[in-house]
Amino acid sequence: MTLQQFMNEAISPWMREDGPDSDIVLSSRIRLARNFAQVSFPIIAEEADLNRIHQFFEQEYTHASFQDYKDFEFIPIEDLSPIEKRVLVEKHLISPHLAEKSKYAASLISKNEQVSVMINEEDHIRMQLYFPGFQLNKALEKAFEFDDWLEEKVDYAFDESRGYLTSCPTNVGTGMRASVMMHLPALTMTQQINRMIPAINQLGLVVRGIYGEGSDAVGNIFQISNQITLGKSESDIVEDLESVVRQLIDHERKARQRLMDQSSTRMEDHIYRSYGILKYSRIIESKEAAKCLSNVRLGIDLGFIDDIKRNILNELMVLTQPGFLQQYAKKSLTSNERDILRASLIRERIQLEK
Amino acid sequence: MECQECQKRPATLHFTQVINGNKTEVHVCEVCAKEKGYMTYPEEGYSLHHLLSGLFNFDSSQMGSQQESSFTKKDELQCPKCEMTLSEFKRVGKFGCAECYHTFAGRLDPIFRRVHSGNTKHHGKIPKRKGGNLHLKKQVQEYKANLQQLIADEAFEEAAKIRDKIKELQAEMKDKEAGDNS
Repeated sequence: MTLQQFMNEAISPWMREDGPDSDIVLSSRIRLARNFAQVSFPIIAEEADLNRIHQFFEQEYTHASFQDYKDFEFIPIEDLSPIEKRVLVEKHLISPHLAEKSKYAASLISKNEQVSVMINEEDHIRMQLYFPGFQLNKALEKAFEFDDWLEEKVDYAFDESRGYLTSCPTNVGTGMRASVMMHLPALTMTQQINRMIPAINQLGLVVRGIYGEGSDAVGNIFQISNQITLGKSESDIVEDLESVVRQLIDHERKARQRLMDQSSTRMEDHIYRSYGILKYSRIIESKEAAKCLSNVRLGIDLGFIDDIKRNILNELMVLTQPGFLQQYAKKSLTSNERDILRASLIRERIQLEK
Repeated sequence: MECQECQKRPATLHFTQVINGNKTEVHVCEVCAKEKGYMTYPEEGYSLHHLLSGLFNFDSSQMGSQQESSFTKKDELQCPKCEMTLSEFKRVGKFGCAECYHTFAGRLDPIFRRVHSGNTKHHGKIPKRKGGNLHLKKQVQEYKANLQQLIADEAFEEAAKIRDKIKELQAEMKDKEAGDNS
């Protein structure tokens, strides 16, 4: 397989499009948790019940289409190799938790990979919709329509006063987790982000690294999402998140401007050094790669580098993850072998731009 | 003043809670404030797991012996559908099925209050198909709030229009209920 072909498989089609404010916001996501009213939740349910749900989704939705989300593929987790599971996790199409479960867990993914439904995870149904750039409202609107479409055939567990009932008390009510992925290199460089995170937490929002709970903000990419799901409407939750994101975008832009005003040569040096490492290194660890990719992306945004497409950060951040590297090599690799392949893949990818 | 929760100990904490724009005065003792989730303690940080496990273990802390025995009794609560017991729910931190929400209903408000910043009631989406009359009910509530505001503003003409709309919706709800039962 050529690198070009591999990348076409690796990058979700929706990721190629530019969205609003996509210099800073990489993607927006809405996730809704739902359960069947009559069936116990997956942590405690009988296997026969989970199997029924599994089969229901396979029969009703395989190759089904809804609006732009066409030709859903039904993927039983049991049928996947460890590397394939890892790839889906790295693409954010399934959660690490779903990948660990095997029996009766499944995923339903639209052709454009914008919608994925996780089946028999912590809840029976967890649907997620992705949009490029900063488009939370659009994502919410579409998520509601998709939810209504599923509800045509599913009796949801819903209570007038508690809302959508979920296995974990932290999801009850709206069952919604809205999140955005943001690239904040200037706020990180100036260490302003450390002061902002506690303030953001106080507003009932959570800041995490790119691969969710407990992960570091590798590549200066932060995920910001709502914590509270009960007592506020979905649109109010999205509005609150949106206003915080809006402010972060503002601060990030100002911080970039200040860095440029005060030390533009230093910035240029910093960026080109990273560019050099990506272009010429022969062994590179994922942390270093992420750091350099973040710098190069910043260099593109600031106008220092103009011969590479902006998408490079989103693309290579995913492509250079261990699962993808091993899928590319078609075998499992030691960490040293991965570092070598990672360096060569990055060099090739940069060459493609010429 | 006695504590509004236990009605035994004197209320030592007094504060105003604003939930969805409604102000309520809260007068509680320290034990109830902690137990019923009125207060979050800064040392617990933001980790949800800490919050949850801390919360579920509250029963054993600083309780009088009388209450302790009443709690052990309550611990025997068991969901008729999935057989999850209250103590198991506390240990795992997850519900077993939709019915658990009814079974443990009396014990949930403090948990939700802590996890969801003082909120215990849903204010969002209602299922399109299954929601039935709930959509109309929600709209009536919105109109009623609107009506109060209009009356306060002495906009009586507008208020009359809203009042008629409420009547229409209520009639519609009755029709629907009658239809459902037939």
